Amino acid sequence: MDGEPLVILEIEGVSKHFGGVVALDEVSFAVRDGEILALIGPNGAGKTTLLNIIAGTLPPNKGQVRFRGKRLNGRPPYERVRMGIARTFQQALIFGKMTVLENVMVGCHIRGQSELLDAALRWPRVRREEEDLYLDALRFLNLVGLGAKANQEAGTLPFGQQRLLAIARALAASPTLLLLDEPAAGLNRLEKNDLADLIRRIQQMRITIILVEHDMELVMRLADTVVVLDHGKRLAQGTPQEVRRNKAVIAAYLGTEEG
Amino acid sequence: MTPSLSAILSSRKNVVGLLLLAVFLGTLPLWLNTPYALSTLILIAIYAIVTMGLCLLMGYAGQVSLGQAAFFGLGAYGSAILSTRMGWSPWLALVASAAITGGIAYLIGLPIFRLQGHYLALGTLAFGLIVRVVLNEGKTITGGPTGLPGIPRLTLAGVALKSDLAYYYLAWGVALLALIMALNIVNSRFGRALRAIREGQEAAESLGVEVARYKLRILVTSAIYASVAGSLYAHYMIFVSPNAFDFDTSVRLVLMAAVGGLASVWGAPLGAAVILLLSLVLREVMPLLTGSSSGEQQLVAYGVLLVLIMIFMPDGLTGAASRAWRRAQPLAVLRRRLRRA
Amino acid sequence: MLSYAFKDYVQFLLSGASTGCIYVLIALGLITIYNVSGVINLAQGEFVMLGAMLAVVFYRQLHFPLWLAFLGAVLAIMLLGALVQRVTVYPARRAAEVTLIIITIGTAIALRGIALLLWGTTSYSLPEFSPGPPLQLGGAVLARQRLWIIGTAGIVLLLLYLFFEFTLLGKAVRACAINRQMAELLGINTQGMALLSYAIGGGLGAIAGVVIAPLALVSYDMGLSLGLKGFVVAIMGGMVNAPAAVVGGLILGIVESFSAGLVSSGFKEAIAFVVLFVVLVGRTVPWENLFRRRP
Repeated sequence: MDGEPLVILEIEGVSKHFGGVVALDEVSFAVRDGEILALIGPNGAGKTTLLNIIAGTLPPNKGQVRFRGKRLNGRPPYERVRMGIARTFQQALIFGKMTVLENVMVGCHIRGQSELLDAALRWPRVRREEEDLYLDALRFLNLVGLGAKANQEAGTLPFGQQRLLAIARALAASPTLLLLDEPAAGLNRLEKNDLADLIRRIQQMRITIILVEHDMELVMRLADTVVVLDHGKRLAQGTPQEVRRNKAVIAAYLGTEEG
Repeated sequence: MTPSLSAILSSRKNVVGLLLLAVFLGTLPLWLNTPYALSTLILIAIYAIVTMGLCLLMGYAGQVSLGQAAFFGLGAYGSAILSTRMGWSPWLALVASAAITGGIAYLIGLPIFRLQGHYLALGTLAFGLIVRVVLNEGKTITGGPTGLPGIPRLTLAGVALKSDLAYYYLAWGVALLALIMALNIVNSRFGRALRAIREGQEAAESLGVEVARYKLRILVTSAIYASVAGSLYAHYMIFVSPNAFDFDTSVRLVLMAAVGGLASVWGAPLGAAVILLLSLVLREVMPLLTGSSSGEQQLVAYGVLLVLIMIFMPDGLTGAASRAWRRAQPLAVLRRRLRRA
Repeated sequence: MLSYAFKDYVQFLLSGASTGCIYVLIALGLITIYNVSGVINLAQGEFVMLGAMLAVVFYRQLHFPLWLAFLGAVLAIMLLGALVQRVTVYPARRAAEVTLIIITIGTAIALRGIALLLWGTTSYSLPEFSPGPPLQLGGAVLARQRLWIIGTAGIVLLLLYLFFEFTLLGKAVRACAINRQMAELLGINTQGMALLSYAIGGGLGAIAGVVIAPLALVSYDMGLSLGLKGFVVAIMGGMVNAPAAVVGGLILGIVESFSAGLVSSGFKEAIAFVVLFVVLVGRTVPWENLFRRRP
């Protein structure tokens, strides 16, 4: 309420190259607790790479990432999930042959504790835990509006709904930081509106969101802060209005200057 | 339509299935008790146990193993060596073998699971062959190519299990236990995580599943299954030789898993039964076709079968059955609706 | 070790190098197939075996002259390779990786079983390409066939190089290997290329089989061991790097030869498998990271 909002994520001088190609070049910025930060930039600007580095699937060549003050470098993805970071993928990557509900139950994985031996011997508490996970998963499904499709094979969902499923799945991991990789790509206007509402609702759940997006309207509507990347460098950072007026940003996108 | 919780846990279906199976197996010897039949049934039980472990590894976690016979053989030889050369009680030897085999699986798994797909297959293949060579060359301990005879029988509550009938109940008792545990594993948080690993390793890890650790654990589990089966095998045959645990055996195990349905634990005993019966049939039929009899000639049939199944029936018999069941469902619903109208 | 003289070491070296050439040929077949169709052909060893077998049939039963038997066998296996691709790999092109692996294994086993049915468990042999007593090279004794092996491998390598570098067809094949989608967009028939890659792979395997036949026992189960060693070598080149495979193959052959001579022949078989294991695992170690001094 009063005072500066907490900084939840710090990107410090992160660089990444693949062979001779520079994907990220000394990128630094901070993400505040509870905000929606949009990461935009032309194709190939390094946005997904940065997301991968935050999520832990890619190690940076230089620099570091801090989450709530703790260094993330070297921690595998599953450890970061336990710390409170969850993500979605551009291609949704849902578990096609499992049901919709089971997908979300996988998201609930870190809420449970029974391991291999517990499963094999099936103590009573295993069954109780399954019940809890089941109810939790259902709750998250209903949150994104897919409750009616719980029993359907996930691979048969239309792609827009697969995206929603992926979000529900990530939410089930109870993150405090959610990384969304182009959730609006391929959605129609109606679906985008629903998505915007969902993202707002997620923010109201006190979850910080980093949103990689190409849809400018969505970004302008939702984002509290916008960071622009181009050719791996941070080009600009500020509120949507500030960034929109930034000449360098306009040049990067359009190749010309607007009057 | 929201599935009920027990549908998620598949508990009702499984319990019914297990009871039916137990009753069926329990009463089978009443009308099928020639020595030949019983010994075949015992072998089916033993191979079913190995196949269950393989299904967990290949079908659920999606990791290929072309060397599972190595774990089978390590269990068999472990029991054999500990109970003959060291004079241990067979049950103790069984447990110790399982522990040792599990340990070896863990050590192998550490480097090997960093490999994916084909490389993993080759790695397991190489491991299987190395074990085979070791069993063959370690003459003083393993008896070399001529094998290790004189393995004592298992005793249960002081009674030595000499008759095939008694062994039949023991083997299937263990198999049912193994089946129950495998079903429990599959229908659990752990099993779900395994399936997620198979469907998409990267996505699974992004949700907090410790992929590497879980893969290792299921490998060790499958190795323990194979080892226990191997011990049962050793105490039944009273003799082990390296030939029973070579590459062809690994292939036959994969075939059993594939026929039953890679991703179905229930498919394991089914697949084992089908393949063993098939090899019996082939043993009778092949000599008529080729004028000579050699167990390896079944090879052609296995190879062709594998290819055909993978192309036309990749989910095995259980997969085909459940697909037929699902296709029949709309018809059943329709029939019900028509009846009400 | 001291009871061996220098000439013995030369012997191990040369005979190991010729064996290594065999492995290289097999590996190059694997690499070609993998590069173009993305499949690891676990049946490659059987192509080697069938090549040798067919050469024996052509020579001993049909009384072809040796060179014709060689040519006939290679052409036949090239056809077989294409057939295998069309019948087993193509229908499953969209299946899961596990499925494809099992299919190639099944094919290998089926081929081996067919050989067993047709020719039983007997071992056959081919005469050496140029008859005569073994050659004396600096005190080492080398069967003439070994020179044939090294020579053939060298010629084949040269021809492959010329084909892939300088002919249109070869370049089309390489295009498929580099980027399949792009190649399709350019109008290259990728399925045809896949067939061709299998034909080339089969041909290379057959050449290896025929050229080693005079020195080895040709039987239905010679494929498993040779095929595996071919894999080891191919993997040393990461399944894509032909020059690395050449070096790796020679090294493996020489190491095997030395260990068979100095230790025991029983464990010689295990050497290749252990090397395979080590190579596979070695690939998973992030070597670049170990030599980095960054935080």
